Amino acid sequence: MCGIIGLHLRDPALYPQLGQLLTPMIEQLAERGPDSAGVAVYGDQRLSPAGQATISVLLEPEPPSDLSARLRAAIPHYDGPVDVTAAGPAVTISAALPVEELAAAVTRAVPEAVHVGGGTGFAVLKGVGSPMALAESFQLSTVSGWQAVAHTRMATESAVTAAHSHPFSVGPAQCLVHNGSFANHATIRRELMAQGVRFDSDNDSEVGARFVAQQLAQGADLEKALRLLCEQFDGFYTLLVTTDQSFAVVRDAIACKPAIIAEHPRWVAMASEYRALADLPGIEDANLFEPEPEQVYVWQR
Amino acid sequence: MAAVNVDLGESSVRELNRQLHQPHAPSHWQVLNPHGQHSIACGIDQPLTVDIAGHVGYYCAGMNQQAAVTIAGNAGVGVAENMMSGQVRVIGSASQSAGATAHGGLLVIEGNAAARCGISMKGIDIVVGGDIGHMSAFMAQAGRLLVCGDAGEALGDSIYEARLYIRGKVASLGADCVEKVVREEHLTEIRELLTKAGMDEDPAAFRRYGSARELYHFKVDNASAY
Repeated sequence: MCGIIGLHLRDPALYPQLGQLLTPMIEQLAERGPDSAGVAVYGDQRLSPAGQATISVLLEPEPPSDLSARLRAAIPHYDGPVDVTAAGPAVTISAALPVEELAAAVTRAVPEAVHVGGGTGFAVLKGVGSPMALAESFQLSTVSGWQAVAHTRMATESAVTAAHSHPFSVGPAQCLVHNGSFANHATIRRELMAQGVRFDSDNDSEVGARFVAQQLAQGADLEKALRLLCEQFDGFYTLLVTTDQSFAVVRDAIACKPAIIAEHPRWVAMASEYRALADLPGIEDANLFEPEPEQVYVWQR
Repeated sequence: MAAVNVDLGESSVRELNRQLHQPHAPSHWQVLNPHGQHSIACGIDQPLTVDIAGHVGYYCAGMNQQAAVTIAGNAGVGVAENMMSGQVRVIGSASQSAGATAHGGLLVIEGNAAARCGISMKGIDIVVGGDIGHMSAFMAQAGRLLVCGDAGEALGDSIYEARLYIRGKVASLGADCVEKVVREEHLTEIRELLTKAGMDEDPAAFRRYGSARELYHFKVDNASAY
């Protein structure tokens, strides 16, 4: 199974409520994925302060107590702000540095950290356990921002660990969540590795995320990248893919993994099941539809 | 008799279904705030009228016998799956596998039905006001599927004896599904289905599809394998 939720806010008046809107959506889909959960949030000031780059990492079982001091020591020439926000095993680290420079500093300071996201105004939190307990440890209901993605996981293809859970964010402020299973992920993984792409896990969904990131890096737009994914990937998938500009949904040709989209003048939302959308403000006036197989739906900020 | 109101904001689906399964239950029920929950009004086996005010989740009115269930909204996966008799009406649209494996009764979907509508249908009548998705009537064994709009890819793949009537375009036919001549008895059947569903369409506008009976199971030579 697995549950997917995405919320793209069009009305800035709703930005402060992002977490309040998102949390009950996760609760509705906790049954679909009780083993792990994760969220990606675009635009939250606490997790990703404006004007700074943010690196999201996993540090299990918990971040070292001297994390801030180790980070400072890794960037001796820098005396600007360094913000560390911990939520269970998930930690976001922000500083007024280029994203790549901050990522390298984090690796020097805590080599054991698993990087799960990097970008500006973008944070990824994920972990193992009950989705609602994780949402609480992330203080998700207090989160604000303009876009968020969440995933509740019922693992089928790889281990139940925080690093194997979704979202997969492998390019700048990019995020992919997947319901389904790719059949030919090993083949595509080998092809990408031969081209120099590095992987963090043996998860099939990570292959999808790496493929999309590579296409975007080579200049494709998100719609093109997802059309190419449809051509090359075999298996079952409903995917929600986001960047700092876009929000996109695509399903495989068989389309047995569920998806419903609701479009409203104030927001666009996508979920595995309608019940996750039922409490959104104005849902009764929203245009509700199921995405057609192999058709790419994209909304721009 | 006044309808019994059940508010699913206050009571659980399990409690509702338990009440609908009680022998000699009141005959008319109104279900409020369904909120997309699963398995609403499943397994009824008495002539009740159940009106659901809003969108429902998976398997609504599954295994229905005798009851008339109306959904004033959209239905999730597998509405009226394995229905035996009675009537289920969806005033909105239905997700995939509507009427799957159902043996009897009438399923009316006033909007569109998604993929695999009537998959493995075994005697149900399904009438859809809008379009149906891909792989509809896959391995359909018996019953009738009438669609006022268009059909998606691979209609009627590996179909047995079910009869399909489509008014609009068919994106493609599945293996062993072919278009057939509409004769007088089929016009009568189309008229009967439209009347039962309360739809006002011209029976002459529909085209008929069914099995070419060319697949393995239809070859008498293969009988010697058993």
